[in-house]
Amino acid sequence: MFVAKSIAADHKDLIHDVSYDFHGRRMATCSSDQSVKVWDKSENGEWHCTASWKTHSGSVWRVTWAHPEFGQVLASCSFDRTAAVWEEIVGESNDKQRGQSHWIKRTTLVDSRTSVTDVKFAPKHMGLMLTTCSADGVVRIYEAPDVMNLSQWSLQHEISCKLSCSCISWNPSSSRAHPPMFAVGSDDSNVAYGGKVQIYEYNENTRKYAKAETLMTVTDAVHDIAFAPNLGRSFHVLAIATKDVRIFKLVPLRKESTSSGPTKFEVQIVAQFDNHNSQVWRVSWNITSTLLASSGDDGCVRLWKANYMDNWKCTGILKGDGSPLTGSSGQLTAMSTMMGSSLQSQSAINGMSAGRYFFPALDSPRVGSRYGHLLPPPSLIENCEAEPIQPPPQPQVQIYRHPSRALLPLPEAEGL
Amino acid sequence: MEEVDVEPAVTNIPAAGQGKHLGFAWGPGGILVYETHHQPKEAKGPGSPYIHEVRKDEDIYSPILRKLFNESHHIFVGLQTIRDELPSKNKKPQFVSVSKNYRSIIRACMEELQQVAVSSQDAEVASQYGDQVSILLAIELIWNLCEVLFIDAAPAGSLLLHLLDWVRLHKADVDEKTREVLQSESPAEHHNYWDVVVSYVLQGRLEEARQMLVKQANIQPAARNMYKLMDTLLSKMPFYNPSGTQTLTEFDVKWRHWHEEVDRCLQDNSFASSQHLETICKILAGDEDTLLEQKDLLSTWYHFLVTRLLYCHPTVKPTELHYYAQSCLTMFLETSAPEPLDSILLAAFEFDIHQVIKDCSIALNNWWFVAHLTDLLDHCNLLQSHNLHFGSNLREFLLLEYASGLFTHHSLWQLAVDYFDHCPEFGHVYLELQIERVSLDTERKALKVLRICEQRQMSEQVRSICKIMAMRALKNNRLGSALSWSIRAKDAAFATLISERFLQDYCSKGTFSDLDLIDNLGPAMLLSDRLTFLGKYREFHKLYGEKRFTEAAKLLLSLMMAKIAPRSFWMTLLTDALPLLEQKEVIFSADQTYELMCCLEELTSSLNKTAPSPDQPMQDEDIEVTKVELLRLALARNLAMAIVKEGTVEA
Repeated sequence: MFVAKSIAADHKDLIHDVSYDFHGRRMATCSSDQSVKVWDKSENGEWHCTASWKTHSGSVWRVTWAHPEFGQVLASCSFDRTAAVWEEIVGESNDKQRGQSHWIKRTTLVDSRTSVTDVKFAPKHMGLMLTTCSADGVVRIYEAPDVMNLSQWSLQHEISCKLSCSCISWNPSSSRAHPPMFAVGSDDSNVAYGGKVQIYEYNENTRKYAKAETLMTVTDAVHDIAFAPNLGRSFHVLAIATKDVRIFKLVPLRKESTSSGPTKFEVQIVAQFDNHNSQVWRVSWNITSTLLASSGDDGCVRLWKANYMDNWKCTGILKGDGSPLTGSSGQLTAMSTMMGSSLQSQSAINGMSAGRYFFPALDSPRVGSRYGHLLPPPSLIENCEAEPIQPPPQPQVQIYRHPSRALLPLPEAEGL
Repeated sequence: MEEVDVEPAVTNIPAAGQGKHLGFAWGPGGILVYETHHQPKEAKGPGSPYIHEVRKDEDIYSPILRKLFNESHHIFVGLQTIRDELPSKNKKPQFVSVSKNYRSIIRACMEELQQVAVSSQDAEVASQYGDQVSILLAIELIWNLCEVLFIDAAPAGSLLLHLLDWVRLHKADVDEKTREVLQSESPAEHHNYWDVVVSYVLQGRLEEARQMLVKQANIQPAARNMYKLMDTLLSKMPFYNPSGTQTLTEFDVKWRHWHEEVDRCLQDNSFASSQHLETICKILAGDEDTLLEQKDLLSTWYHFLVTRLLYCHPTVKPTELHYYAQSCLTMFLETSAPEPLDSILLAAFEFDIHQVIKDCSIALNNWWFVAHLTDLLDHCNLLQSHNLHFGSNLREFLLLEYASGLFTHHSLWQLAVDYFDHCPEFGHVYLELQIERVSLDTERKALKVLRICEQRQMSEQVRSICKIMAMRALKNNRLGSALSWSIRAKDAAFATLISERFLQDYCSKGTFSDLDLIDNLGPAMLLSDRLTFLGKYREFHKLYGEKRFTEAAKLLLSLMMAKIAPRSFWMTLLTDALPLLEQKEVIFSADQTYELMCCLEELTSSLNKTAPSPDQPMQDEDIEVTKVELLRLALARNLAMAIVKEGTVEA
């Protein structure tokens, strides 16, 4: 893998969340500078900021997109104790010409008395529903009954989790076999309070959410939680960021036909990794849940992958190299141009490292070289030798750091 | 299966390392990474304002490799259908030919890449393509060996012939050297002359070696007899002919005779006066030390292996290969460590298919090769016969990885669909998850995605795509498009909403937009009541326009009587009836007029019940009152005329 592009986000404070829209053509960023920015990807793959506005009166923790079936809708949550819903409206032609779009606030959800720590839309088959959780230990589920009128949201459920909540994740499974279900994590660090991950399930009869399970083995603070796409399996997979990365399997136990209570699960741990050394802050699955990414106190993003025997292991690490790009809005254009060209040359080197390790002889065509027969015709070789060797501006490419490594595991091996 | 622990690849991000956190977000084909701190209180400073787009290798973005993907897709799809057509024993030649097809596209791709690399002015591009060429060369080399050993599974005798072809194909630089030698003024005195001759002998290309030797013999008349003797030796060397009548044992006996003859020549010192001929004779005798002296010409241990087999064990059995391979590797490399390619080839010689696949997936930077090779081997039933219980899972696992990679590309994703189709376990779910993420940039692309989903009965995805498109069109005020998408989605609620908008537009502007669509609704009209009304109401306008007044009148009335028209729209409908009532000839019959009157009374009485709001301007109310008065008058007059007319006809 390689850094293909660096985008000057131009937030004036720490970025807390970046979120792709469903199709990956747009993204939203939010920051301690109290603003949200929306970015659109142009035909040539460049990101352009098409909207930037102040959303809250405190740090914005999370920003998330509704499914495009409901239009272009964003939700944000903040330290200012509120969550807000934003909708893009087709602007005046002036705005379009300037490449700007208009976002208007449809509602502010003010029910929480403490910082709103996470905001998530429910799976689309449930309609347009928004969930928040907050430091006061309450999960709130709101619904917009009329998707054409997003200024009306009704608080449908208020679920008290007793412990300060930090994160929430809906089970994306839309099968009729599973009633709506979500997991909520608590960052309360008091081990004595027991399990920090609770699973809630909707009960058709009572029309309420009831606790189905508490993961008793997770007693340390939980910072993030993520259900994997179901893939048609009979069980659910849940990743948890706590003092380590954990992957759990929740196998529903056969329900007695008379019982109307929530589903009981057999909870199995599939994997547990303490490679981040200390706290893990985020976990997230890729589209087909073949890869899990986690970020932690070691300053790295780690990628985890299962092979066909369901053995999980770390297949990639993204690591800050200690040379952050800096730039203020004034010199953005110059910066990105510079980045563009230098990164291009790196990508060529990094992307090809496999070939070099595999065939060390390509650029050293000695007579009688072991791989001499694998050489392209002489004309090509001359051309290769003529390649000006440019030292990369940043030591981003692994081969420069570990020249003795015999074999570089490749990005594709991670299936990214 | 033993797990070789491979260190995870580290990608450096231009961000602060210590004391900061990296945030991330999954996206199509990559991951976004940004500097952050998850405990803001502890954060020192705002951090780097950059977001980094981290991507995997760019292979799929190379236009030439795209051809490889496209063409191999055809072969792959073809291979999936072989299974049913033929009884199993007849399949082998088919599989071999499929394997050759795969290899030929690798070769074609390689040649193209090389041409581009050579002609490129940009050194960077040239080296990039050059690297790709070398990867493809390795892939082809491995694939070819797998074809010989696993797919063709040649028995003793033929096995060596195939291996010879394999070595000759991948060590073609001899021909280049020959050309150089032959083009010189005096080939026999060229400094590469003996290299060429010996190379030919090492590859068992004895005819060509003899032709070269003739040139030397011609300029050395004194040594003519010695050359004659060598020529005889070379010409007499027996080669096994698998299609001939000769048995392997007969061949073996014949070969042993020849070998004894070579040995005799050595003992007699027949070639003592020519160092080169002596060397050749020793090679023919299979002398290991002499062979190892030719390292530069052999260049690889597997060439050494094949040459050694040719002159020592021409009837080698597949099961014995691993022994010779291992010893040749050790002899040839001496102290240097084997490269990944060496290990992969050695695993192949050991018939450890699983190891080959595994090593290849680690060493090569794309899934293309392992996915296609594994699929082919699985079709040959080789994965099971090697006691890999996860056989079909391994195939599917690799195909899913490969196809998922294709899905991140803006045009190659369409190929991936067929790969998913041929993954029985998870293919369908993967396709569902991936295809709904394809960005629906244009209506055309949306229709393309939709067709794929429809063909596979993916009703949820079909519904979702249509809903997305309908919502987008509505937000952009393209009512016609929104309506047709919501009809496709069978989304009644949304169709009602859009129909309502159409009617509102009509009320305010007096004309309909998107007439084509509304005129051709057909049975789709029944999706929602409001849509039915919209369609019927437009039909009324058409009849009216065509001056088919009687039919128009009947339709108008039925819209109200059957309660298809919303009450809020009745006044508009009654107003529409006005000109019909005022025609010279009678259009509404007496009965119909009664019914119209009934509708009007129902409407006005319900209007009266709701007290007029004080906000409503008096003017509006006046207009309404006048309208009702006018209608009443027109209805009364029409009723009179109708009664008169109906009475006249009856009489």
